[in-house]
Amino acid sequence: MIMRRDTYADRKYIIYGFFIVVGILFLIRLAYLQLFNDSFKLAADNNTRRDITIYPPRGLVFDRNDELIVYNEAVFDLMVIPNQLKPMDTLAFCKIVGISYENFVKRIKKAKKYSWRKASFFEKQISKEQTAYIQEKLYNYPGFYVQPNTLRKYPHPIAAHILGYIGEVNQKNLEQDSYYSQGDYMGKSGLERFYEKDLRGNKGVQKLMVDVYNREKGPFHEGKYDVAAQKGKNLYLGLDWIIQEYGEKLMVNKKGAIVAIDPKTGEILAMVTSTNYDPNLLTGRVRSKNYRILLKDTLKPLLNRALISSYPPGSTFKLINALIGLQEGVLHNGSRYACHNGFSFRGLHVGCHSHRSPLNLEESIQHSCNAYYCEVYRSILGNKNYANSEEGFRKWREYVTKMGFGVKYGIDLPSEKRGNIPKPEYYDKYYGKGHWNAITTISLSIGQGEILATPLQMANQAAFIANRGYYIAPHLVRAIGRPDSLNPRFTEKHYVGVDEKYFDIIVEGMSKVVSNGTARLARIDSVEVCGKTGTAQNPHGENHSVFIAFAPRNNPKIAIAVFIENSGYGGTWAAPISSLMIEKYLKGYISPKRSWLEKRMLEGNLLNVKKKDK
Amino acid sequence: MRERRGVFHGIDWVMIVIYLLLVFMGWINIYAAVYDQDHASIFDLSQRYGKQLMWIVASLLLGFVIILIDPKFFNQFAFLIYGISLLTLLFVLGFGKEVAGSKSWFQIGSFAIQPAEFVKFSTALALAHYLGNLGIKVDNLKATFYSALIILTPAALILLQNDTGSALVYVAFIFVLYRQGLSGNIFIIGFVFAALAILSLLLESAQAKLIMLALIFLMLGVAYLAMKHNIKNLIKLIGIFIIISAYVFSVDFAFSKLQPHQQVRIKVLLNMKDDPRGAGYNVNQSKIAIGSGGITGKGFLKGTQTKFNFVPEQSTDFIFCTVGEEWGFLGTSTVVGLFVVLLLRIVYVAERQRSHFSKIYGYGVASILFFHFTINVGMVLGILPVIGIPLPFFSYGGSSLWAFTILLFIFIRQDAERMQLL
Repeated sequence: MIMRRDTYADRKYIIYGFFIVVGILFLIRLAYLQLFNDSFKLAADNNTRRDITIYPPRGLVFDRNDELIVYNEAVFDLMVIPNQLKPMDTLAFCKIVGISYENFVKRIKKAKKYSWRKASFFEKQISKEQTAYIQEKLYNYPGFYVQPNTLRKYPHPIAAHILGYIGEVNQKNLEQDSYYSQGDYMGKSGLERFYEKDLRGNKGVQKLMVDVYNREKGPFHEGKYDVAAQKGKNLYLGLDWIIQEYGEKLMVNKKGAIVAIDPKTGEILAMVTSTNYDPNLLTGRVRSKNYRILLKDTLKPLLNRALISSYPPGSTFKLINALIGLQEGVLHNGSRYACHNGFSFRGLHVGCHSHRSPLNLEESIQHSCNAYYCEVYRSILGNKNYANSEEGFRKWREYVTKMGFGVKYGIDLPSEKRGNIPKPEYYDKYYGKGHWNAITTISLSIGQGEILATPLQMANQAAFIANRGYYIAPHLVRAIGRPDSLNPRFTEKHYVGVDEKYFDIIVEGMSKVVSNGTARLARIDSVEVCGKTGTAQNPHGENHSVFIAFAPRNNPKIAIAVFIENSGYGGTWAAPISSLMIEKYLKGYISPKRSWLEKRMLEGNLLNVKKKDK
Repeated sequence: MRERRGVFHGIDWVMIVIYLLLVFMGWINIYAAVYDQDHASIFDLSQRYGKQLMWIVASLLLGFVIILIDPKFFNQFAFLIYGISLLTLLFVLGFGKEVAGSKSWFQIGSFAIQPAEFVKFSTALALAHYLGNLGIKVDNLKATFYSALIILTPAALILLQNDTGSALVYVAFIFVLYRQGLSGNIFIIGFVFAALAILSLLLESAQAKLIMLALIFLMLGVAYLAMKHNIKNLIKLIGIFIIISAYVFSVDFAFSKLQPHQQVRIKVLLNMKDDPRGAGYNVNQSKIAIGSGGITGKGFLKGTQTKFNFVPEQSTDFIFCTVGEEWGFLGTSTVVGLFVVLLLRIVYVAERQRSHFSKIYGYGVASILFFHFTINVGMVLGILPVIGIPLPFFSYGGSSLWAFTILLFIFIRQDAERMQLL
């Protein structure tokens, strides 16, 4: 073979050129990626970093004597990462966890649907004891691990409605507050919900290096970018767990509510609703099952009657009319009205029980005379200072509203109700403008008719009478975070628009109600209790038994309202229960002389009394 | 003795050194890519880096043996070797083992071998034999046809194995044919048709394609105005237009015949589909790995992307991104530089051959290496579609390392003989 002329020899340069051009293109591309673009560095960080959320412990709840009433118990969640699962003895595993095989298959399927690589909940809130047992065996089952979590616990099974419960966030919560992420828990009712932002604390973040299989490979940058979790703030309640518990016992087998307030501060000492439930039922894994059961219960144990149920206040409302009359100058202690078994006017008759007649103001309270208050109410609306009954009514309504009826106090619980104090417009519509007056609305004089009040409002009435003219909005949380950092929300004194001097007569009357009137069962040795009974007629059956009171008469420490549905006279049930609560709170014990009464109250079953038995 | 000394004397050490450097760097990076603290020894034979070392040693032995073989052997037996390799391809089609959808592996015990890798050098040999010994120029239809037959037969067989990537490699021989006289228009035509293919994929609707064709028609019309106005030119242009039109509408059909994952990869590359978690995942993660390396890289074994398995196929097809992450721009430009120098050196050495066989074979070697290098690095850098072919000498895998070693060392052997020849 001889060297020959190579006609295409120059083409080697084209080929050299090709190689060089590709090399240069690659270098340009590399320079762009590696030298002039930082976004890939960030992406690499995000790739290998997993933010592990550290859930802070939720704030604790203490009562007024620093008794712990809500705490957190350590529980564990069993997590599963589907792509790390290995063939395993499924049946043995099901037995360890305590679930059925079908359930196992379902959960694994759900986890796989969520993600193969990311952990999802397999079983939530496993007790410490069971976790210890499971964890021992878990090494046989790669892909499963346990992670700590907490569960609300209640050492005393009381105050379920006040404390409320927590539950998993829903879609709406997630949209409203970016703090939450899927699977988080938040307060769903009661204080847990109202003080959610204080109780929840602040989630922390632990940044870990993980590989593509989500396996932890140690802290990211030695934990430099971690955010420590801040634990939730504690709540210090005005509640006294002893009388709360006592009140709940007294209300067993009765429907109704008790609200006790420290009149000086507005702190709620007890808020009992009955029927109720053990707060431990609505926590953890059993929550949704129990919730359904409670929801179906015809006795409505989930309803906080103290706050939500509106009742006719009955005769306790006479005190309101008396105070308005006094302040308006249309009533004096000396005012006497006759009562002939009731009040009659042009064919209208409001009945009354037998008592001597005529009575003055004090005696009218003592004996709860209906006719007397029909007259008082008539004189308020017929006051010559106002153009007509409607104007008189407007004035009356203004007082009533100032005294805390038909309004909300902004209590620190969700779903407070305002009750009902009718507006003039309501009667205009019903009777026509100018066609109604004191007589057509006479029921209001004795706390019947359109008036509806919540037990909370009635307790507040006792409180402002105890304070002789003002109240502080009732509330549960005394301090947030530390016992001495007082809740700033509730310090303002609300004056009710009646001069202090007028209260003496009322208080005197209330004292006589207990000492020698309709509530003699409420007498306590050595403590002067002032109260007023009510027997609220209602369309649902037997009268409601109502009692409001405060004690001691001078320098009152407790104001209380007790409302027991369909149980008859106020003096029969509500008054004794009130007095037991007062005695327990003020003295710490029930005097042996009254133990028969305590027994009768504790054992009384009023749930089945529905029909009026004449 | 004398002859042997002569052989080693004539060896081109530049290629040998670059080869050794690339193989060594590949091994180091495979170690980093599959590094596992439980098996930290780089010699651990249960791990890929241990196995790769084994294959490297075997490759060096193989290279040494090739140096000892009489160079005329490869020329004389070129067609025989080619024929045998085609038979193994047929054989693997019948009895091969299917791995990841491609039936292209022989399993012998625990050992798997991929015959397609070895057909590259046998095809280069056969082509060199056909063109070189007869001194044929590829400027006529007959030579073009026979060359194409030699090149496309193995490509077709590999395509039947469902290994599109390996089959595409045979396109590389265009460089050889070009050097031997194939019209340079082949590149222009290739470019035009590639552009048309991309355009017709981008313009999904038939209307858009018609508008494009109308524009082409106008352009051809203008071209006719500039040309001599005779029937011959008119027919030529009309012919071109008909071919283009048919082509544009057949692209969709051809595209639909591709496997779904390949369709998606092409669409992702053309930005017709944004899918960083799915088909774009590899490339996206690979770009992140390379980009996060910066100038000097994160350091050996410090790559977080690499170490934590974010990039799939990292020790094989995506090995280059390990270099990018741990060694930075300095590392990547070094590797690119080494490859370009090696390619230039091969062409330079090929050009100094006095035997046509050796020269053409050298061009075959350069073409194959160039194609692998371009496609692989282009894919890792996200500028070419994901086609699973290895980076020569670098990627993990015995078959490919041996095949590339054989490919290169036959050429080195031929070159060492250049002084003795004639």
